[in-house]
Amino acid sequence: MHESPLHAYHIEHGAQLVEYAGWHMPIRYTSIQEEHHQVRTSGGLFDVSHMGRVKMSGLHAKRLLERLCSRRIGNMTAGQCRYSMVCNEHGGVRDDVIVNRMEEDEFLVVVNASNREKLLTHFEEVRKAHEWKVKIEDQTMSTAMVALQGPRVMDMISKVSSEIPTLKRYRFTVKNLLVLKLIVSRTGYTGEDGVEVILPAKAVGMALKLLLKDANVDGAEALVRPIGLGARDTLRLEAGMPLYGHELGEDICALESGMNFAITLDKGQTEGEERFIGQDALEKIMANGGPARTLVGIACQGKRTPRQDMPVKIDGSEVGIVTSGCMSPTLDKPIAMAYLPADQAEVGTTVEIDAGRAMIAGEIVPLPFYKAPN
Amino acid sequence: MTTPSDRVYSETHEWHQADGNIVTVGLTRHAVDALTDVTYVETQPTDTEVGAGDSIAEVESVKTTSDVYAAVSGTIIETNAALEENPGLLNENPYEHWLVRIKASDLSGLESCVDAATYDNDYAS
Repeated sequence: MHESPLHAYHIEHGAQLVEYAGWHMPIRYTSIQEEHHQVRTSGGLFDVSHMGRVKMSGLHAKRLLERLCSRRIGNMTAGQCRYSMVCNEHGGVRDDVIVNRMEEDEFLVVVNASNREKLLTHFEEVRKAHEWKVKIEDQTMSTAMVALQGPRVMDMISKVSSEIPTLKRYRFTVKNLLVLKLIVSRTGYTGEDGVEVILPAKAVGMALKLLLKDANVDGAEALVRPIGLGARDTLRLEAGMPLYGHELGEDICALESGMNFAITLDKGQTEGEERFIGQDALEKIMANGGPARTLVGIACQGKRTPRQDMPVKIDGSEVGIVTSGCMSPTLDKPIAMAYLPADQAEVGTTVEIDAGRAMIAGEIVPLPFYKAPN
Repeated sequence: MTTPSDRVYSETHEWHQADGNIVTVGLTRHAVDALTDVTYVETQPTDTEVGAGDSIAEVESVKTTSDVYAAVSGTIIETNAALEENPGLLNENPYEHWLVRIKASDLSGLESCVDAATYDNDYAS
């Protein structure tokens, strides 16, 4: 099992560690719900070093990514990040990724931990099939990645860097810390403002000291506290963000997830631009009236929690399944995401979720469940 | 938190404390930690007849839903109402906040339970 470069930090802060996608990662330090509120009201530090970081460089790096990604890559400027799907030939999702354009011919792709090895094989196969000149380097083990998220995070970081708070969403900058390079992007997976930082594994101690110098991490009024993967999941669910293995998968059409902004179906119309793998299949689905299912949000009554794979019923008939559910700490009620037939997915529709021994009453609501106040 | 030695433990991570034929049942620290934050507890109502190995409660947490099993047969005579109001008490101290009390008709199930040291070594490691 892999250990994160922050492993000692987790132990020192009393983390409960679990196995996640082959990594020994903290699920929580204190209570998942307390950690959730900490991020919504102030700030949290997440270790996301388990996510894969893959560098692509060389003459055809852009071309390879154009072929792999459902979004346009060629028009990105250096310093820009872009969320994209990597589809299979059927229009299902191999992974959802963030592409960082470092330079004209250099990219850093952040992928899900559970898909890293599968994608590395896929990237290499596509590269080889076209005989493209691209160096594909898995930098996951030599780097660490942390996220700082929450309404008070940017203010705190402004004391360390005046530049970082001026970054727009989905932009990054490279900060030099003595001889070490930190890639700091204004991105995240919580629905709050904040940054994600990729840094050399050996620089973790120094970087955390610098970034968190005013955070009072272990104090009663901490600006930022360490947050486990448990709260990361409830935070992203409230924010309506899909998670691979739940809302996204090889057998789930990329167009169903509601992430339409991440699928560009007019790729390949200009000279030299590649079409993406899966584009043919997705075009066919659109030509035939669009995807059959839609991802919806469901707000529930009572105290039972909807869980993945529970059937969703409308008027007594099973129409779909839950992909994720939790007791929402912010809304103080159970929430779920589920795939329903596109023609039965209207906001306001009453549904029931079959929890086995009990039925959970709910209503389709717009996603996201939670939006940060400006 | 040390595992109290004044009660016995089942392989499925419940503790049972007998006072005559009244048996109080709760969850171990190991079980509660594995569940993470408990969000809801639903016990079988009082007067329910249960057999050894039957589910006496369901505990929902942020991560999962789990059944709780009785090691003895009998009738549920009391449930812990405090947990309905504040299920998080289980996370705070699972050895103080019990789930149900059973008036046992047959205590022999307790013989398959183990003491605290054996539980820690064999089931909770």
